[in-house]
Amino acid sequence: MTDASNAAPLREKKSLLVVDARTKKRNAAEARFKMYGIIAITLGLLFLAVLLTTIISRGTGAFTQTFISVPVELREDKLDKKGNRNLEDIKKVSTFGYNPLLGDALSAVIAEGGFTTEITKSKELRKLLSSSAVGQMRAYVIENTDQIGQTVTFDFFASSRVDGYIKGRVTREDLARDKNLSAEHLDLVDQMIEAGVVRKKFNPSFIFGADASESRPEQAGLGVSMLGSLFMMLVVLFLALPIGVAASIYLEEFAPKNRLTDLIEVNISNLAAVPSIVFGILGLAFFIQFCGGYLGIAAMKASAPLVGGLVLTLMTLPTIIISTRAALKAVPPSIRDAALGVGASKMQTVFHHVLPLAAPGILTGTIIGLAQALGETAPLLLIGMVGYIASNYPDSVLSGFTDPNSAMPAQIFEWAKRADPAFYERAWGGIIILLVFLMTMNIIAILLRRRFERRW
Amino acid sequence: MDDLRYMEMPVDQDTKISASNVQIYYGDNQAIKDVNVEIADKTVTAFIGPSGCGKSTFLRCLNRMNDTIDICRVEGTIKIDGDDIYDNAVDPVQLRAKVGMVFQKPNPFPKSIYDNVAYGPKVHGLAKSKADLDVIVEKALRRGAIWDEVKDRLHAPGTGLSGGQQQRLCIARAVATEPEVLLMDEPCSALDPIATAQVEELIDELRQSYSLVIVTHSMQQAARVSQRTAFFHLGNLVEFGDTSQIFTNPQDSRTESYITGRIG
Ligand SMILES: Nc1ncnc2c1ncn2[C@@H]1O[C@H](COP(=O)(O)OP(=O)(O)OP(=O)(O)O)[C@@H](O)[C@H]1O
Ligand SMILES: [Mg+2]
Repeated sequence: MTDASNAAPLREKKSLLVVDARTKKRNAAEARFKMYGIIAITLGLLFLAVLLTTIISRGTGAFTQTFISVPVELREDKLDKKGNRNLEDIKKVSTFGYNPLLGDALSAVIAEGGFTTEITKSKELRKLLSSSAVGQMRAYVIENTDQIGQTVTFDFFASSRVDGYIKGRVTREDLARDKNLSAEHLDLVDQMIEAGVVRKKFNPSFIFGADASESRPEQAGLGVSMLGSLFMMLVVLFLALPIGVAASIYLEEFAPKNRLTDLIEVNISNLAAVPSIVFGILGLAFFIQFCGGYLGIAAMKASAPLVGGLVLTLMTLPTIIISTRAALKAVPPSIRDAALGVGASKMQTVFHHVLPLAAPGILTGTIIGLAQALGETAPLLLIGMVGYIASNYPDSVLSGFTDPNSAMPAQIFEWAKRADPAFYERAWGGIIILLVFLMTMNIIAILLRRRFERRW
Repeated sequence: MDDLRYMEMPVDQDTKISASNVQIYYGDNQAIKDVNVEIADKTVTAFIGPSGCGKSTFLRCLNRMNDTIDICRVEGTIKIDGDDIYDNAVDPVQLRAKVGMVFQKPNPFPKSIYDNVAYGPKVHGLAKSKADLDVIVEKALRRGAIWDEVKDRLHAPGTGLSGGQQQRLCIARAVATEPEVLLMDEPCSALDPIATAQVEELIDELRQSYSLVIVTHSMQQAARVSQRTAFFHLGNLVEFGDTSQIFTNPQDSRTESYITGRIG
């Protein structure tokens, strides 16, 4: 038919059993490319392994704490001079008033255990314990006034130096320049460990407790800031999900395609890439200074999870909108045609057919957006959700939104920033908790996607 | 070509749809040029023509499915029962209840067979009660010639049926809303010969109650099922007349070359 059929054939006839040079070259290129891929994945896994082992090896220590059990005689002559168990009078005794009791109790422990030590002064002895010990006693006495006059055994936190010594962080050499503890103390601690008075055990208050001041790392916990994070996530979920889904549905299904919607589209994509700290300063200027200060809305104040939630909502919206639009786009147009073809309105089409099919994608996007928001730190620093803000759980759900609080990542940042190396360990421990949350959320996202995935 | 049925049935029916001077544009690109056509009631009208000549475009304008395409613009008038369907007062949703559509690719909802058929009547409030709805669904499935195959698994997913069954389900879904006109865009292109025969038989039955418009690439199919045929070429309606006449005695040379297979 054409000239080609008359010309010499382009390919010589050759046996299939002989691999020609060109094929060899192509196969070699393919093998090389596969190898690059495998190297890349191996490197990635290696980094992941290094990361995880570092986090786990450094962080697990934070979940255990050294405790010293001390039987204390709650002497009536010190705690309730009048002897009528009047709560007001008992409350008048400050933590200072408990110091002598503690010193005596420690001396008694030494005498009873037959420990040998040069240290005799009450003040020096008390250095073994966390300075939270007297507060713990006082709180106990106020709760249980009937125990005054009795001997009660307390499990006090050991001071962070003692804890560090037991965990291997603090050595005798380090203590040479440390006025908080001396080598003498450590000799005593060695004997106390022997006798079982000093023990290292699991410390739930790291997970559930509140942050503590710089001088009491042993007492600091993540619980209250976890709650701050929870309240922020509630705000984000209940604002970002409906707003994001509504915006996406409008843009994807209803909006005319014109300059304006193009502009909006480009801006949403750009917003997703705006550094989070920008949202932080926006939150500071708009929510706190304008809404809270100028308009006088009391709930909009610095460090309130409500404000944090609003800032994170702004940050999460683009993520949710982008993933929701992708999920809507993925619904085949034939489904829309089918619904419109039987006379469903546009809205019925969207809500009866398109949205249910897009739901798994929307949920996944939302959870990933929430996970992102949960780990976000920078904007929170700007609106004052930093460490040691709240030392107690909020009194009610409402005050959970408005009372100053911190959030998990901000709390971790705060710990990492503090001078005492005991806080450093807690920062790693906090990261473990944060990662557990993020992993749980991602697993939920995967499960939801599996659960709702449908074929058409 | 002795399976052609074109000698039967002279067409003499009321006009259901009349289109005059219809121009359709996609942006600057004109897809339909000055088409005038009258589609009769209780008749099957076939649209034939080479690929890209605008058959689907014109068909989709008859129930305003093209509204969903932003760049699509329609000029001229299309009247159904004398009402201009592009009038501002017309709600396309109401129009589509009256003018149903079956698509080229079977597109059941990813729901149960029952829900597929029940959806239209539910949206239009045709059923007062669950029992009513059951009756409507059964009737539609029977008219779709699929009742016997699915009556035992009404609550199985519609997407689990075979291609031919899915297409008949889509036809049942379209007739469930009691339309007056049924538009079908290559309804058999995804079907095997047996399913095609079933659908064709179905089309012939549906002619008793509806005005049907079918787009097809199969000359034999057009000849078998339709009474009137319109031949489109490059956006023009070249020839429109009784199927028997178009296939035996085409007036235009382009029509002749197409049906004898010389252009396509
Ligand atoms: N959504 C659209 N946007 C822009 N142009 C379109 C669109 N749909 C169709 N067209 C154009 O309109 C013309 C007619 O297309 P149409 O789909 O109506 O052809 P058809 O006759 O149905 O072809 P086929 O037999 O292949 O289905 C074509 O040139 C096509 O490129
Ligand atoms: Mg077509």
